[in-house]
Amino acid sequence: MALLEVSGLTAGYGIVQVLFGLEFTVDAGEAVVILGANGAGKTTTLRAVSGMISGGGAVSFDCKQVQGSRPEQLLRAGIAHVPQGRGTITDLTVDENLRVGAYSRSGSDVEADIERWYDVFPRLGERKTQHAGSMSGGEQQMLAIARAFMSRPRLVLLDEPSLGLAPLVTREVFDRVAELVRETGTAVLLVEQNANLALAFASRAYVLEAGRIVNAGTSQELRGDESIRKAYLGS
Amino acid sequence: MERFLNFLFIGLGNGAIYAMLGLGLVVIYRSTGLLNFAQGEMAMFTTFIVWSLSDAGLPLWLALIGGMAAGFVIGAVVHQVIVRPVGDPHQKPLAVVIVTIGMFLGFNALAKLIWGNEQQSLGNLFGRGEIDILGTAVAWQKLGALLILAIEAIIFWVIFQRTKIGLAMRSVASNPESSALCGVPVTRILMIGWGLAAALGAVGGTFTAPTSAVDANLMQLPLIFAFAAITLGGFDSFVGAVVGGLLIGILTDVVPRYVDIFEKMPLAPAFLLILVVLLVRPEGIFGQKKVTRV
Repeated sequence: MALLEVSGLTAGYGIVQVLFGLEFTVDAGEAVVILGANGAGKTTTLRAVSGMISGGGAVSFDCKQVQGSRPEQLLRAGIAHVPQGRGTITDLTVDENLRVGAYSRSGSDVEADIERWYDVFPRLGERKTQHAGSMSGGEQQMLAIARAFMSRPRLVLLDEPSLGLAPLVTREVFDRVAELVRETGTAVLLVEQNANLALAFASRAYVLEAGRIVNAGTSQELRGDESIRKAYLGS
Repeated sequence: MERFLNFLFIGLGNGAIYAMLGLGLVVIYRSTGLLNFAQGEMAMFTTFIVWSLSDAGLPLWLALIGGMAAGFVIGAVVHQVIVRPVGDPHQKPLAVVIVTIGMFLGFNALAKLIWGNEQQSLGNLFGRGEIDILGTAVAWQKLGALLILAIEAIIFWVIFQRTKIGLAMRSVASNPESSALCGVPVTRILMIGWGLAAALGAVGGTFTAPTSAVDANLMQLPLIFAFAAITLGGFDSFVGAVVGGLLIGILTDVVPRYVDIFEKMPLAPAFLLILVVLLVRPEGIFGQKKVTRV
């Protein structure tokens, strides 16, 4: 059985419905991407899964029904969410941001984990006493990812990490996350517009259009798909 | 010299009260990013509770602890029942601030309803004794206020800088959404913040009461001075509230005795200083400048 199983997911804001019955799954340790253009409902999908907005349908995580839970409950269950725009806690230092990430944990290994993240992202280590809000976009994205992993999640929801970053920085972020998935066995559900990067990163992909999933398959299959090439790969 | 010391300790004693109230304002500001205009009236309300307990025969110190406990509960309930339903203060800060102004009126009316319009008197926590400092008789009560203020400031500094719950409070103040995604129980944290601030109010009120009388207007002037204190020291700084409060106390109680033009308007020096500080350092002496890159 899949780690995350979503069926008939609907969600929206007020009277505006954005998602119309999504079905998708993420297996343990798997990297999955939901591709979509602006306004397709990518961010809404992640927000509905992580409990930031309420939605209809069924979401089960680790064989337990979690639809309707609050974000902090889902975090304890093992779902961490890196929100769009990085969600930097700007008035705290880099070090404190990571400690907030470990809020659900207790124990002495938090310190060791923080040090480990400074090894993974040396630039965070150099800036640990600096206010997180004063860092560059790329650094804040790295911080957001490290902060999410501080809870030792089994599934990380990653919302458009490429947004507003230079191509080189984006590549670095993706490389690091790919390494993390391999090393820690954490599953990642990524939503992205940048199909080239995302399909290289994920093993499976869904294509979201106007709140509906219109295509699904392995990354390889989708890369070969003519309509995907036209719409998302620019060739 | 004797005269000066006398005025100085009066100023410091009053300043300690402004600083205590200011600390309560800073606690709310640092956990919610808001100014609580009802802070003074909540302090007045809890001071009435202290008075009631003391009137019922409890020793003053025990009555104070009872008032603080009641304050904590009142603060937490106010957040749950009044502040939270209004909405996210980050999205509609004005609505929430207006609600705190409404609570100002509400607590005032409620106190009159429960305790009437009569003025009640409350004793000194540190008795009526005096101690000789460099030839000047200084009331223990004034030194006691400074001592309690120092203890409060240290406790709150430790809570906010050194504990997990303090980190969560600062995190929620800065970015509630991200904090929730990190597993911080945002509502509970805000409840604790409001509770702590209201508990602090009971202490400030109990020190103010002996200098005037316990009635519904007890904390209105001190609240204005407390706002002045944190404007001077910085809205987000505990040290700022303490230094700001003491400075305001000294300026309003000492300077007018020596400078003729301020004699008729004793508040002017403090507000002149605030004006200058705001021009030079808008975030206050110890306040943190917000830096955000996108």
